[in-house]
Amino acid sequence: MSDATLPGEPRATAARPVPFRGGGFRPEAKRGVGLMVFVVLLLVIEWGTRAGWIGNLTLPRPSDVGATLWDLAASGRLWEHLGPSLSRLAVGSLLGVTTGIAVGVAIGLFSYARAGLVPLVAAIFPIPKIALLPLFVIWFGIDEPSKYALIALGTFTPTVTSTYGAVDNVDRTLIRMGQSFGLSWWSIVSKIVLPGALPGILSGLRVSLAIGIILLVAAEMLGAEYGIGAYVLQAGALYDLERLFAGVVILSVIGVLVSWLIGLAEKRLLRWRG
Amino acid sequence: MNLTLDQITHRYSGMPVLQEISLEIPAGEILCIVGPSGCGKSTLLRLIGGLEKPDEGQVLQLGTPPEGCLNPLTYVFQDFALLPWRTVGGNISLVLEDHGIKGRAADAIIDDVLARTKLSDFRKALPRQLSGGMKQRVAIARALAVNPAVMLLDEPLSALDAQTRELLMDDLLALWTRAPFTAVYVTHNLNEAVRLGHRIAVLSRRPGRVREVVEIDIPLAERHAGLARLDEVQAHLWGLMRDEAMAADQELLDV
Ligand SMILES: Nc1ncnc2c1ncn2[C@@H]1O[C@H](COP(=O)(O)OP(=O)(O)OP(=O)(O)O)[C@@H](O)[C@H]1O
Ligand SMILES: [Mg+2]
Repeated sequence: MSDATLPGEPRATAARPVPFRGGGFRPEAKRGVGLMVFVVLLLVIEWGTRAGWIGNLTLPRPSDVGATLWDLAASGRLWEHLGPSLSRLAVGSLLGVTTGIAVGVAIGLFSYARAGLVPLVAAIFPIPKIALLPLFVIWFGIDEPSKYALIALGTFTPTVTSTYGAVDNVDRTLIRMGQSFGLSWWSIVSKIVLPGALPGILSGLRVSLAIGIILLVAAEMLGAEYGIGAYVLQAGALYDLERLFAGVVILSVIGVLVSWLIGLAEKRLLRWRG
Repeated sequence: MNLTLDQITHRYSGMPVLQEISLEIPAGEILCIVGPSGCGKSTLLRLIGGLEKPDEGQVLQLGTPPEGCLNPLTYVFQDFALLPWRTVGGNISLVLEDHGIKGRAADAIIDDVLARTKLSDFRKALPRQLSGGMKQRVAIARALAVNPAVMLLDEPLSALDAQTRELLMDDLLALWTRAPFTAVYVTHNLNEAVRLGHRIAVLSRRPGRVREVVEIDIPLAERHAGLARLDEVQAHLWGLMRDEAMAADQELLDV
């Protein structure tokens, strides 16, 4: 009486579980890890500056930067700087992003727009917008409009690029479906193309707005009395590292906030992705 | 409303894909189209539905579509083509909105077609929450919502597993028995063809020509698995297709 073993197969070898080799490649949300990285980094720098293995001209002490920030907030001067900066960022990037999305969608939909505008956008994209600042000052004056224009131009090109890429990636069978049911052109664009492109547009927005923040500082280099950029530049000119870093921290916080807001928008608008 | 295909020839970049196709699609009948892979079945369906223009010949519409028909020629796609950001109900209302049907009137139609496809409980579900078979039933419900004169189905069951396919075939039969519709049904599956087709057109390999049109005179309601006559027809179809399929396969290897 034999078990159903194949001839020649060694019997009674030890049973082992099949080794696991799946998993991974799917980052999950880990709460608090991001914060931990910041805290550890700051503690290490604090320790280094106190122990002396980081020179006080290399990096300022985080606690001093914190104190500077606190003073800034307590004296109310934080808002003097933050207010103008935020309104510049808001107006400039709103202009840039809305026109960018409109042009990007046009490039995605119309052959002539694509043929005519893609090379133009490719030509504008790599120009360091900061280099154009004097030109903007001549065109729009030294006041707010030139700053809006700089931020708008800087956010415009990446928005265009990501938007038309997103429109290109919309599932063509869905568009065929819309046509086969006799939907109007406008219905197809508004109900199929735009929602389908939204994930790509939103992730492009992260890049565009980060560039907007970078250009905010650049815009405030010229003729701005108030603004985070002006504050950072003044501090830099004086080698006041505490104030310099206080300004940098504020910029980073704005960056994190913007990214968080986009994340929020993605959660709400893209719930269908699950 | 009847459709007539008159001497249709179509080419892609000079290479003929369909050649001199003439077929009749009478109202109330299901015409199945079978043929080896790449013989132009999907192309033919796009031509019939007006999504592409034939190079030569024409697709003719005889008579007017029935009263209340919103979209005379309506597709059901192999990959369902549901908008992932709309619920089941929203996907159906999509095709009604452009006809100005909103609110109550739309609700009534949506409820009706969902009931006919046994999906009433899933009106608020998103496509990603549905199984493949359910997604295709939603697509069928959406097609029914516009009250089509002719349904154009491109391998509607090919993306589904065998059991689901069997069930959906029964659903289609039940739908047809309750309210006969006209359909052009493209498939790879000869069993589907003999179960659903009043007539079955066999296309040759590329360039596709009509090799034979087989008529099955058994009423749809009386067709079931294991019927000798159906097996006979299926064997005959397979005989026609095998050489073509083998030759087509060979051609692809030669490229
Ligand atoms: N838009 C297109 N442009 C160029 N060639 C095309 C296009 N659509 C289809 N073809 C070619 O035409 C031929 C017929 O394609 P079609 O999709 O109609 O075949 P089919 O019978 O539906 O094939 P399958 O059974 O694989 O679905 C194929 O060789 C295909 O490569
Ligand atoms: Mg096909």
